[in-house]
Formats: sequence, C-alpha cells, structure tokens
Amino acid sequence: MNLASFPSAEAAVGIGLAWLALGAFSLLESERARFVARGVFPLSALVSFALAALALRTLGDPADTLTLPLGLPDLPFHVRLDGLSAFFLCLLGVCSFGITLYASDYFRSESVQKLRLLSLQYHWFLASMTFVLLADDAYMFMVAWEAMALSSYFLVVTEHRQGTIRRAAFIYLLIAHIGALSILLCFGVLHEAGVEAYSFDALRQAQLTPFWASVAFLLALVGFGAKAGMMPLHVWLPDAHPAAPSPVSALMSGVMLKTAIYGLVRVVFDLIGSPMWQWGLLVAGMGATTALFGILYALQQNDLKRLLAYSSVENIGIILVGLGLAMIFFGSGHPEAGALGLIGAFYHCLNHGAYKSLLFLGAGTVLRSTGMRNLNEMGGLIHRMPQVAGYFLVGSLAISALPPLNGFVSEWLMLQTALQAGQLDNGVLRSLVPLLAAMLALAAALTARCFVKAFGIAFLGQPRGVVSEHAHGHGEEDASLFERLGMAWLAVWCLVLGVFPSTVVGLLNQVSLSVAGAGLPPSALEAGVLWLVPSTQARASYGPIVFLLVIAVVVLITYVTVRVCFHGRLRRAPPWDCGFPEQTARMQDSSEGFGQSIRVIFAPIFRIAQRVPNPEDAQPKFELRVEDKHWHGFYLPIARAVEYLSARIGKLQQGRISTYLLYSFVTLIALLVFVR
Amino acid sequence: MDAAGIAFQILQSVFVVLAAPALLGWVNQCRAWLQNRKGPGILRPYFLLWRLFHKEAVVAHNASALFRATPYVLFGCMWLAAGIVPVLATDLPFAFAADIIALVGIFALARVFISLAAMDIGTAFGGIGARREMLIGFLAEPAMLMTLFTAAFLSGSTALTTIVETLAHREFAIHPGLACAAVAFLMVLLAENARIPVDNPTTHLELTMIHEALILEYSARHLALVEWAAAIKLFAYMTIGIALFVPWGIAEGSDWLGLPLAVAAAAAKLALAGAGLAVLETVSAKFRVFRAPEFLSTAFLLAVLGMLVHFLTDV
Amino acid sequence: MTEQWVNLAATILLIIAFAMLSQRRVLSLVRLFAWQGLVLSVSTAMVAYSTGQSHLWISAALTLGLKVIVLPIVLHSLIVRLNVRWDVEPLINVPTTMLAGIGLVIFAFALATPISQLAGTVTRSTLGIALASVLLSFLMMIVRRKAVPQVIGFLAMENGLFFAATSATYGMPLVVELGIALDVLVGTFVFGIFFFHIRETFDSLDIRHMEKLKED
Repeated sequence: MNLASFPSAEAAVGIGLAWLALGAFSLLESERARFVARGVFPLSALVSFALAALALRTLGDPADTLTLPLGLPDLPFHVRLDGLSAFFLCLLGVCSFGITLYASDYFRSESVQKLRLLSLQYHWFLASMTFVLLADDAYMFMVAWEAMALSSYFLVVTEHRQGTIRRAAFIYLLIAHIGALSILLCFGVLHEAGVEAYSFDALRQAQLTPFWASVAFLLALVGFGAKAGMMPLHVWLPDAHPAAPSPVSALMSGVMLKTAIYGLVRVVFDLIGSPMWQWGLLVAGMGATTALFGILYALQQNDLKRLLAYSSVENIGIILVGLGLAMIFFGSGHPEAGALGLIGAFYHCLNHGAYKSLLFLGAGTVLRSTGMRNLNEMGGLIHRMPQVAGYFLVGSLAISALPPLNGFVSEWLMLQTALQAGQLDNGVLRSLVPLLAAMLALAAALTARCFVKAFGIAFLGQPRGVVSEHAHGHGEEDASLFERLGMAWLAVWCLVLGVFPSTVVGLLNQVSLSVAGAGLPPSALEAGVLWLVPSTQARASYGPIVFLLVIAVVVLITYVTVRVCFHGRLRRAPPWDCGFPEQTARMQDSSEGFGQSIRVIFAPIFRIAQRVPNPEDAQPKFELRVEDKHWHGFYLPIARAVEYLSARIGKLQQGRISTYLLYSFVTLIALLVFVR
Repeated sequence: MDAAGIAFQILQSVFVVLAAPALLGWVNQCRAWLQNRKGPGILRPYFLLWRLFHKEAVVAHNASALFRATPYVLFGCMWLAAGIVPVLATDLPFAFAADIIALVGIFALARVFISLAAMDIGTAFGGIGARREMLIGFLAEPAMLMTLFTAAFLSGSTALTTIVETLAHREFAIHPGLACAAVAFLMVLLAENARIPVDNPTTHLELTMIHEALILEYSARHLALVEWAAAIKLFAYMTIGIALFVPWGIAEGSDWLGLPLAVAAAAAKLALAGAGLAVLETVSAKFRVFRAPEFLSTAFLLAVLGMLVHFLTDV
Repeated sequence: MTEQWVNLAATILLIIAFAMLSQRRVLSLVRLFAWQGLVLSVSTAMVAYSTGQSHLWISAALTLGLKVIVLPIVLHSLIVRLNVRWDVEPLINVPTTMLAGIGLVIFAFALATPISQLAGTVTRSTLGIALASVLLSFLMMIVRRKAVPQVIGFLAMENGLFFAATSATYGMPLVVELGIALDVLVGTFVFGIFFFHIRETFDSLDIRHMEKLKED
C-alpha cells in the first residue's frame, strides 16, 4: 500500500464516527442489558485497538488533512492528523482498549436503563476526545471540547442520587466552562484581525507581538490547566474522578487529562510556534508546585480513589515540569535539550495513561466486590484477590518511578533534561533548573511513599475490623475474565514501556520533530534497542533490559543456590507478638498514621482539624480532617466576591417595566454618544 | 562489550558481594576497639550468615508470596548496584545499564519492597518501620540526587564510570562544590544505611529503630539475605562515595596488571572509610526520629549550595 | 592553587552563614561568628601570601585579633552578664527561611557574575559568595527577634562586606580598614550599653517590646 495515499485522516474520523454509532446503537437496543455489556463494549474495544494501530502507523507520516462536509454553512470542520495528534490518539487507543475491555465486565450488573445511558455517554465521550485530537480549526475544537466536557459530566453524575456527587459534578462543569472560556479567548487572541477563517493554519500564520503571544499563552495555560488539574484549578479533580464509575475514572484520569496537555502543546509549540523561556519557567514552576502539592494531599487521603485522583494532579504537575523545561530550552536556543524535555513529557503522558488507568481499574474491582473504598476498612486483600493485588502492585511500582518499569523512564528523561542546564547562559535559570529537578525527585520519592501506603494498607496486613469480615457475604470475588484482560493489557504496557524505552523514544522523537521541528541528536538514536541514551553514551545511558536481566538472573541463582546448598525448610507460625498476646488487626498502622509524619513536616500547607481524645474520655475518639487549603484560601473568597457583586447587581432588578425601559433608554443614549 | 570486560564485570560483582560482610565486620570491630571492647572480629558477619542459612525459616501464617520473594529481590537489586559502581575498574559493561539516577532508582526499588514486606504481616512494628523507612527515603533521595548532580555537572556525565574517569584523570584540584556535596553525601549515607545518628543498627528498642523494625518478622535464610543485602548496600554507598570524591588508584579500563594495585587501593580506602564511620558512630548519639527531617534537609541544603557554588566557581 | 583554597574558604563562609541563619542558641551563634572570623582571616592571609600585598597581612591579623578573639569574648561576657546564656530563640519556619536563603544565593550569584568578570583578582569568583553572605546576614537580622542575635547578624554582615572587598579589589585601603575595625569595636560596646538599657526598661531583650515605643 502506498503510504502517502493512505487515507489516515478519513480512517481516524471513521473511528470517531464508529464510536458515535456504537453509543447510539446501545440506546436503540432496549431489551437486553447483557448484549450491551457483552456485545457493544468488546466491539468498542476493537475500535480502540484499531485506533491505536492506525495512530501508531501514521506517527511519523506527514500531516494528513481533510475537510468534512459538516458544520455550519461556510464554516466546515477541518480535520488534521499529524504526529502530535497521532501520538495522543495512540494514547487514547491503548488506554481505552484496556479500560473498555474491563468495562464490559464491570458494568454487567447494572440495570438496563442505566447501562444504555452509560454506554451512550461512554462512547460519545470517547468519540469527542477523538475529535478534540483531530480538530484543525478552533470551531471544531471547541465543539468537541464542550462535547467532551458534557459527556464526562453526565458520566460523573451516573450516581446522581447522592448529593455529594451532584455537587462534585457541578464544580467540575463550572471549572470546565471557565477553562473553555479561557481557551476561546486564547483562540480569539491568536486570531489575526482581518482574516476570516479560524482554522489552525490561519492561526499559525498570524504574527503576534511578544506581548500578545504571552497573553495567548497565559489564556491557554489557564484554560488547559483547568482541564488538566493544575494548581490552583485542580479542586474539581479529586471530587469528580472518584465520583464516576471506576472505568470512567480511569478514562478521565488516564486519557482526558492528556487532551489538555495536548491542547497546551498544540497552542504553545504549534500555533504560537516559538515559546519564550519565561513561559517555560512559569509552566515548570507551576508544574513543580502542582506535583508537590498533589502528592502531599494524596498522602493524606483515606479514600483509595480520591488518593488516586490527587496522584493524577501530581502527575500532571510532572508533565508540566517536562513541558516547562522543554520551553525553557527551546526559548533559550537549545533545541536538542528542549526536544529531550518534550519527549520526557510525552513519555510521561503515555506512562500515566497506562498505570493510572490500571490503578483505577484495580480500585474499581475492590470497590465492586467488597463495597469498600476507605483504606481504613481494607487490609489483607492480597489473600482474597491475588489477581487484583498483582496488577495493583505493578501499577504502584510503575507510578513510584521505580526501575525497570515505565514511570522511571520518563522521570529519568526529565532529570536528564534538567542536567543539560549547564548549557544555559542565564545564571539564574541555570541554578533554578536543577532545583526543579530536585522538586521532581522529591515528588517521586513521596509518590513511592504514597503507594507503599495505598498498596500496603489495602492489600497487605490483616483485614481491619468488622467491615472487611462482613464483606465475605457481599459476594467477594477476584477480578473476572474481562476485568483481568483489561488490567493485564495495561500492566503489560507498563512493563513494555519500561523495558523498551529506546524504541518508544525513537517514535516520540518523530512527534517532537513534527511539532517543534527539533529532535534528539543523531548519536542518541544510534545506541540500539538495549540502551536509552539522551545524547551520547558517555554522558548518560540506561539499559532496562540488562537491568531486568541481571536482577532476574541473580534472583534465580540465589534462589537455587540457597535451596541446593542449604535447605528449604519452612515453618508457619503466628507472627511474633513481642510478648503481648492481645494483638489485633486494629493495631496495624492506619491510613492516617501513614500520613502523620508528612502532616507534621509539611503542616503549613494543610488545613488540619484534629481532635485528640483525653485520657478521661469515656469513649475516646480520634478525629482528623485534612482539607485542601485552596478551598478556603482561593475559591471561597472568589465565591464571596461574586455573591457580593451579584447582590449589588441584583438591586438593578426592580420588577417595574418603566425602570427597565429607562435602562434601555440610557444605554441607547450612551451608545449614540459614543458611536456618533 | 568484550570477554575481558565481562570477566572483569563478574569478578568485580563477586568481589563486592563477598567482601561486603567483611566491611561490616570491620566497622563493628573498629567500634568495639573505640569503646574499649574486644570486638567480635572481622569475620563475624560471615559466621552469622552461615548460621542463618542453616536454620529453619519461620514465617507468619498470613505471610503472602511478596513477603517470601522480597529478600531475593533485595539481594538482586544490591548485586546489580554492586556491579555498577566502579570499585576496581572503570570499564564495566553493565555500568551502561544504570547511571547514577538509575542507581538511586535501584535503592528506591529495594526500599519499597522491604517496606511492603514489613507491612505484609500486619503487626504494629512492621507498619511503623515501613513508615519511618519511607520517611527517611523520601528525604534522602532528593539530597542524594543533588549531590550526584554536582558531580554530574562537574564531569558532564551521569554515568558513574565516566565521572570516575574524569575525576581521577585530572590534576588535583579542590572543588568547593564537590566538598559540600561530599559532606551531604556522608549525611545521606548515614541515614540510608540505618547508622547512628539516624538509626541504631544494634538496637531492638521499639521507639528508636527503623531497619530492625522492618525486618522483625524475617528469620533464617530470608533474614540472612536481607542482612547480606544491607551489608552490600553499605559497601555500595561507601564505594560510590569513594568513586565520586577520592577516585584515585582505580584500574584503567580492564587492566589485569593494574588489578592488584586497584584491589589494594580499594581495600585501603574502604578500611579508612569504615574506621571513619566507626569514629563517627562512636562520637555521636542517636537523635529522635522527628529530627531526621532536619538532618536530611541540612544535607539537601548543603548539596544545593554545593551545586550553586560549583556553578559560580568552576564554570 | 590559592584560588581553589580561597574558593573553599568562601564556601565554608557561605555554609557558616546558613548555619547562623538556623542556629537557635545564642552561645553557638557567637561560636559560629568566631569561626567565620577565623575562616575570613585565614583566607585573607592566603590572598596576602599569594599576591604579596603586605597590607592584607595586617588586615588578616586585625580580623584575627578583633573578630576571632576580642569581639567573641566581649559578646560572651555580655551574654553572661545579661544572663541570656541559655536563651533559645523560637525560630519559626526554618525551612522557609532556608528556601529564601537559597533564593538570595541564586540572586547574589547572578548579580555578581558580570561584576566579577570585570575584576582582575584571583579571588574574583568569590565575590558572589561574599555578596550572598551579606544578604544572608541581612536576612538573619530580619528574622531574629532578640537583640543579641541581631547584633551578631550585623557583625556577620560586616564580615561579608570585608570579604567582598578582599575578593573584588584585594581589600580596602588600610586606613579605611582600620577605621572600620575601630567602628565595629566601638559599635559593639555601644550595643552592649544599649542592651543593658533595653533590659532595664523592658526586663527582656526581645525587640518586639520596642514596638511599644511608637506614638499612638
């Protein structure tokens, strides 16, 4: 087949349409819930797979454009499939394949009515994300963006009978719309006066002064940052993600947040074209704060899904640090280092998609089969759900940036980028960039602690208290076949992305070339499959295959040697009780306990309400509430200001027609004076 | 990657793994001498390991597979670390598998596994040990990376072998930045290897221990592997310190003639470092766990200052 | 070679400045101040040795005599007689102060790099550190609440200035240096007298009490 003539854009649009059709179909098919779950979802998974394959195949191809016969008269939709879109479509395909497979089992116990709606919203969500990534004009982009926000809003309020969920979804919708408004304004600024079209091509050609370019950049940062969950616009995220059904949480955390990253990269590197290093410093600084705050808050959560949501905030921060570093280096004339940062950020998008989806799915199975989401009720789940425990462990190790899994690779790439700081001429910048790397390292180490907490308290140890025991009757079971398949797919990606980084970096290099016009130095790409090399092997290299092999061989040899030379005798006994035989499961470390030292060290950033019992109390009770400071420090003042203003404006409302006529009259006179 | 290189590689790994308990024994012996005791002898750790391997393993009823696999994973991680750090020679084929950042990653991997294993049984001690271990870990890791960054900026590389070659082949020069980094590294070493003043390796007092609380449930061969891994970790940290801050005397490439000299130099430097550690542990007292953050943030501050000073004076 | 030793001394000065910033005990502060003077005097002597500038020997000796021996003794006896020997200052937010300190260091280094390129001395790269020491001592004076640590901060700032002069132009003219030394000495005694007055008035050396003096 001739590569150039392959209608890749048409195929991608077709995939989006297929999802739309699947959604509509499940609404029509009214009788059989089983059919929707077992028929539509696996079919949709196949579509995801096709999308991933298509995107992977077109990753290095030149951009393919298409004008759709849709949209308003004289304002048709433009579609473009270039390297950047292809990469994010690939991310969408890979993650949604696993998630959709999982969903086909997860949703099977829902009622028919609910399932039909769910399926419709789910598939339209997927389709709208596809169109966001494909859009080549501001008009189509905004339409798809809003469709994405709305469909995910409806998915979040699936359990709309609970007040907290309705509130979470409302805040989500509110912040999504503030963000969308900001993006719209950004396109307005980018748009050159006098040019009719809002196609991205026209925006690209527009010549902006540095001031207006900075304005456009700031608007884009606010708009896309709101969607991505950048501090302080993240408050919707830890409420909305846990509220949704688990596969949807996975999709939102794993994929939807990345569309915001896509948007930011598209605007900054493609539409504006030449980033300034000051922007990079801002983005990297925001990213580092977001990462640190996100993980510190994650460490204080007791709800497993909420913990995962805060950890998504952290990961977005890490991605922003990568992007910021890339902008700093591009802006100060070091495109090779910039490309490295960009590749690191892209890599982290992919990684986060894989492991965060996996973790949400694992949490979903725990929730479905035990009804528990509070860590303080769990414990010892590894014995009852070994499969889920295994997958969750893989995800935890990957997200903790431990070699040889995938999280480490992107972390490594970003640290290597920061190490290129020696090239920078600006002394302040040169000193600040390594400090950003230090914050990155701190965030990574805290992530490890956070997931030791999550995995250790949920899956290890003994079941805590009565609730866990009771859960036996709840029909506790390990993950079912499709759930396992979905999780296995994502876990395999965690491993593959971790072990074959040089192949992935080779592909991402093409993305970087297509979006920013710069790639890694040729010496970096010649090192072969075994070694991941950012510039030359003498400078730095990382070989996860050797890494994995050495550990595996040593473990094997040690095991065999110990068994052969000595013996394998093993006796089971009760755990050592330190001379105190009354040990109960409630003496285990609790979720709050694990966060205690963090709370003490980083006390100023939390809003802590703690009640420690007196020794005299008849029924001693320890209470602790840790809240996000942003609510009280940032949002509530704004809300109060808005209320105050609207109360003032409300006074204009008199209810008498003559007053309104007076307003119109005054306005008319004023206009006549000014327009004259 | 030729045969000689691989032979050197394997030789070095085996040397490190076998020599590590001796270093531990030497530190204990020095400490005993400083405290006017006779001391158990340098070879004591080997006897201990031998005895543990022969014992019957006792495992709690509710221990999962993770608990039993962890000692092997730990040992594998440390073996890999031992193979990467240039102790005898700089031409190590495996060294390209992991630079200094990946080395920090290996230690983090081991730390996460031992913490998870500690939480597996579900006793109060395991939990508190895991919590403290991760506390030390998340504070030590950035400090460690910043020290390594200073060396990396100085030599323009994060590959340990390249750093050592660059630093060893230059005329003697004082780098104030590197000096700061060295002090910071020493502090990280003490914290990461559960030494006084952060943790006391000889105590089983519940309120003070970190490392001992983690491994409380291990026995026999599992305990032997964990302890051996801890010894290798100490050895690896010391050799990283030596490689970064006093690299002279290492064999160039895989030079068989230079090997005896390299072994002698490594042994001498390690003996000195071990004695120094013993002195440090004798003259200082363990402080409360709550002060560990202060200790380690001082290390971090020093490392950052070292890097900044390096930018000021050496560029 | 001298350059490297001086750089090392400068680094130690910087670390001492940070240590003073985070030190809670008054007596330890005096000790740190004495160490700072010693390092300063040694580095001045090294510069004097390598450049042959004879007046630097005198200023090194002056530093040694005044800042390592006389002033610490004076301060020490002051502390003993004021009975604030065991004063432990409740420092709030040491990490934030440290972060601010790192920010100041970066700022000072960025500021000093272009200046030091103009200077022709062997010690020019330490100008940034000297500037950073001055700023850090200033920061220390800002965050302290007790009078004695503030004075120590002031003296440490003078140390930093002195070091800056040495690194940029091989020191100030001898007359100026002697004058400053005398000023510092007299200033310390004046401070001592003030301490007694403050304590008589407020029964404490906490300078927050001074806020009451303003007219309402």
